[in-house]
Amino acid sequence: MTQLTLKINGQSHSIDADPDMPLLWAIRESVGLTGTKYGCGVAQCGACTVFVGGLPVRSCSMPVSAVGADEITTIEGLKSKEALAVQKAWVKLDVPQCGYCQSGQIMSATSLLEINAKPTDRDIDLAMNGNICRCATYVRIRAAIHDAAKSLEG
Amino acid sequence: MMGSFSLKSAMLAVAAGAFATGILVFAHGSLLSDADAAIQPALKLQPVTSFDKIKNKQQRAVALFQEAGKVIQSPRCMNCHPATERPTQTDRMRPHQPLVVRGEGGLGAPGMMCTTCHREANFDAAGVPGNPKWHLAPEEMAWQGKSLGQICEQIKDRKRNGDLTLAALVKHMAEDDLVGWAWSPGPNRTPAPGTQKEFGALIKAWVDAGASCPKG
Ligand code: FES
Ligand code: FES
Repeated sequence: MTQLTLKINGQSHSIDADPDMPLLWAIRESVGLTGTKYGCGVAQCGACTVFVGGLPVRSCSMPVSAVGADEITTIEGLKSKEALAVQKAWVKLDVPQCGYCQSGQIMSATSLLEINAKPTDRDIDLAMNGNICRCATYVRIRAAIHDAAKSLEG
Repeated sequence: MMGSFSLKSAMLAVAAGAFATGILVFAHGSLLSDADAAIQPALKLQPVTSFDKIKNKQQRAVALFQEAGKVIQSPRCMNCHPATERPTQTDRMRPHQPLVVRGEGGLGAPGMMCTTCHREANFDAAGVPGNPKWHLAPEEMAWQGKSLGQICEQIKDRKRNGDLTLAALVKHMAEDDLVGWAWSPGPNRTPAPGTQKEFGALIKAWVDAGASCPKG
């Protein structure tokens, strides 16, 4: 076990963890932020997506010790204007069904809009296809990303 | 009130369980069995000295490159030198799952960069390989679907090899850290044959013998 300090959503958290523990476990079990979900544990579903250093990362697929001093943002700490636009569009279009995949979807959608303010359908498909939704809300996800992009224009 | 709360919790738990189970079946079914079925015992490379007996320089160069080709054409190298914009993966070289593309600088698409999953080092707990330089080879360095002779010509061509001289090419093959990953790819992936040092020596000997390419 090693003493580690994680900076999550602007707060420092000291945890005692095996350096090889997946970051997802540290976020959920050690810190207690459960908005980030476990789906597969093998980088195949996107449910565990968080930002490390401002970019999306599958938190199941990196050891907690590799984070270093980088800032982590989870679904609980999203607050960029793109994130707010995404959340609004998600509500407006009633995107989620069971909701399990949605924190990962929102993280990826936010990241896409932070990098690309006006994504095409293809841009959206390429950015989002690593986020699986068993309820198949894909059509609404794509529409909501377009909606969020539009709302950011004005 | 209590009743509806627990019913909702129970439904959520079932949904979450179904999500996790479904993904696990799909992910493990495709990832692990692919890899397990195809894992080969590590192949060896013949040392440079075993080519000394070929007196004709051109023939020796060709034989040396054919030996080095065992590395170049291994899945560890070919997977990230795809013919299309999508890499392949596993020893079976099936399309990368999820769909990812080369993107700018070979680093993936905005929002879905290589670094979304591939970090500084292999992470065996998730079965995800990594390296600080993880990226796809550019289009002009595509190897999949080409013969070894075509790859050989391509590797020598400064328009298609990142403008490397033959000396720089030797150094790249012998010392580059991402090339070196091919010999320590983590579990469930067959490493490239031999060692990077032996591979580098073969490439150097090929260059020293005139860098002729296999025909075809
Ligand atoms: S839990 Fe990390 S990608 Fe599925
Ligand atoms: S909303 Fe149910 S898995 Fe996506």
